[in-house]
Amino acid sequence: MAKMTYIKAITSGLDQVLSDDPKTLIFGEDVGKNGGVFRTTVDLQDKYGEDRVFDTPLAESGILGLAIGLSLTGWRPIPEIQFMGFTFEAMDGIVGQLARDHYRFGGQKNFPVTIRTPFGGGTHTAEMHADNLENYFVSTPGLRVVTPSNPYDAKGLVISAIESDDPVLFMENLKLYRSMKDEVPDDKYTVPLDSAKVVREGTDITLVAYSAEVNEALTAADALAKDNISAEVIDLRSLSPIDTDTIYASIDKTHKVVVIQEAQRMAGVGAVVASDIAEDKIMSLDAPIGRVAAPDSVYPFAQAENDWIPNSDDIEAKAREIFNY
Amino acid sequence: MANGSKQIVDFAKIKATMADPYKHPVQVINGDGKVVDPDTLAKYSDDQLVDFMKKMVWERTLHEQTMNFSRQGRLGFYAPTAGEEASEMGSVTAFKEQDFLLPAYRDLPQMIQHGTTVAKGFLWSKGHVEGNQHENPNMMFPQIIIGAQYVETAGVALGIQKNKDKDRVAFVYTGDGGTSQGDWYEGVNFTSAYQAPAVFFVQNNGWAISVPRKKQTAAETLAQKAVAMGVPSVQVDGMDIVAVHEVSKAARDYAAAGNGPVVIETLTYRYGAHSSAGDDPSRYRTDEETKPWFDADPLIRMRKVLTDKGVWSQDQEDKLVEQYKDEFKDAMKEAEAAPAQKVSDFLKWTYNVPTPAVKKQIAEFEAKESK
Repeated sequence: MAKMTYIKAITSGLDQVLSDDPKTLIFGEDVGKNGGVFRTTVDLQDKYGEDRVFDTPLAESGILGLAIGLSLTGWRPIPEIQFMGFTFEAMDGIVGQLARDHYRFGGQKNFPVTIRTPFGGGTHTAEMHADNLENYFVSTPGLRVVTPSNPYDAKGLVISAIESDDPVLFMENLKLYRSMKDEVPDDKYTVPLDSAKVVREGTDITLVAYSAEVNEALTAADALAKDNISAEVIDLRSLSPIDTDTIYASIDKTHKVVVIQEAQRMAGVGAVVASDIAEDKIMSLDAPIGRVAAPDSVYPFAQAENDWIPNSDDIEAKAREIFNY
Repeated sequence: MANGSKQIVDFAKIKATMADPYKHPVQVINGDGKVVDPDTLAKYSDDQLVDFMKKMVWERTLHEQTMNFSRQGRLGFYAPTAGEEASEMGSVTAFKEQDFLLPAYRDLPQMIQHGTTVAKGFLWSKGHVEGNQHENPNMMFPQIIIGAQYVETAGVALGIQKNKDKDRVAFVYTGDGGTSQGDWYEGVNFTSAYQAPAVFFVQNNGWAISVPRKKQTAAETLAQKAVAMGVPSVQVDGMDIVAVHEVSKAARDYAAAGNGPVVIETLTYRYGAHSSAGDDPSRYRTDEETKPWFDADPLIRMRKVLTDKGVWSQDQEDKLVEQYKDEFKDAMKEAEAAPAQKVSDFLKWTYNVPTPAVKKQIAEFEAKESK
């Protein structure tokens, strides 16, 4: 067991699967000698050779085409899309092709592709680098979408994603890459692909969040605790599918819920969670479902990011409002 | 400056000469049925040439019978193939069973030749999953998103290279309009960057629905686009089955030997509409424009060569047509007997491991379906 950053935990998971399964391949822009622009694949080319870890020409649709074609010839591809904003260039590959191919063949062929891509605000990137674009992908049948909020889950989830025979979009939060450390086992372990986790137990209100907003929710829960409001915090981990069982069990206990996301409020993950709760658990609720999300503008110019991204104060305020309803 | 009038670079000259290597499309039998390359023709036995002719008669009859079925409302989407028999049959016959075919929607005849049945082709048109499940596993389903098959070809070719498969290549088709897609460039360029084994066909049939070839690009040929990616390419008379086959075989040999990909532009023509779903070519082209292409028909010229050789007769051809028609009618019966599809199965194929919501929906649909 070692203390590891979120990014090191992902590298450790990739190292593990490359070592376990000779059919796994990592490829993308700059992932080879350079080890990725964030160094997520650092040293992996040296260790496993250029045949297994290799650079591609600069074209995201081509990268997805490679992934699909390599699946058809028996490989287990792990493409990287350098920033999530660049997935727009691969939209047909991901949504039009990859997610549908297993279905199109009537289940006869598998496309075990894990697309890794960094996203998330707060690091003052150039435009189109930080957007939370998960809402485009969670409405895609056939595609799993997961995103860890901490180093332990990062390693376990990336291994599960790659071992899955379904295509998985693995979203890595830019702000978390080096901002937190956790105890992470050196050996192989997995985190299930379709399960949320209660990361803080509580009895008065449930805060449902994912990725960097989990940490904001935990900070808010600390503040609420000072006033004897006991908040339970759930990390979704999987955005498609949503583990409603874990959320419902918590609501049965707290009877109050706030759903939190960094993405714009319109449509999206939080709306789905809120609608599921409304459909299945409305009789268990003592207050309206609260929502915390970014406003419905285009992702902000970097200097104003902190005014735009929902933070622990926003979550705390909404939680008090719902708690006191 | 010593000479003010002389430019450092002569763009006009570059532009005027860039298509020079493509001035003479490869041809063995010309539009009048005259053999212009007897040496190449001599490489083929009479039996082989007769077999080419049979395959073209097969494809033409398949097209006509399919149009009949379409008019009877027994099929869904169908992209007519008449006029493209030499291009399609000449190319696909140059490949081996282990080669991986990535077809587009006008390529059902090549798929059937590569290892599926006519009934499966009809099922694909009707919209049935069995139309995507082929005897030969080395095949994708017909691609609808033009260009996507090109980037996927790069992956298949790279996979073949990484598997160290010997004597195996990927081959793929698109049309003239397809060369305008970004994916076209990405597919050819990725394959070239990895020097992976693939043969890229552009069946230039003159039309992308209603938009003529000349409006797709100012490039004089589509073949020359490959040069920019460091890929050798050729233009071939796509109405001449011997020329198409000879060029395809050479390309396959070249790619399979580890030299990287090849691009082949076949000059052919779409006699009919873009698809059976309401396209009316009289809106955008005249009989005057199309006549030279009908005169250059691949069957007419091959018929002449074989008749001159005394190895083909109209009577023989008429009998074949009847035989093929019967086979296609049987295939339609087989397609129509395919089991009804179930939404519960669609749900089961959406994920390998169904999500909780999908599991619930499977149960709901199974309950409905068992009633």
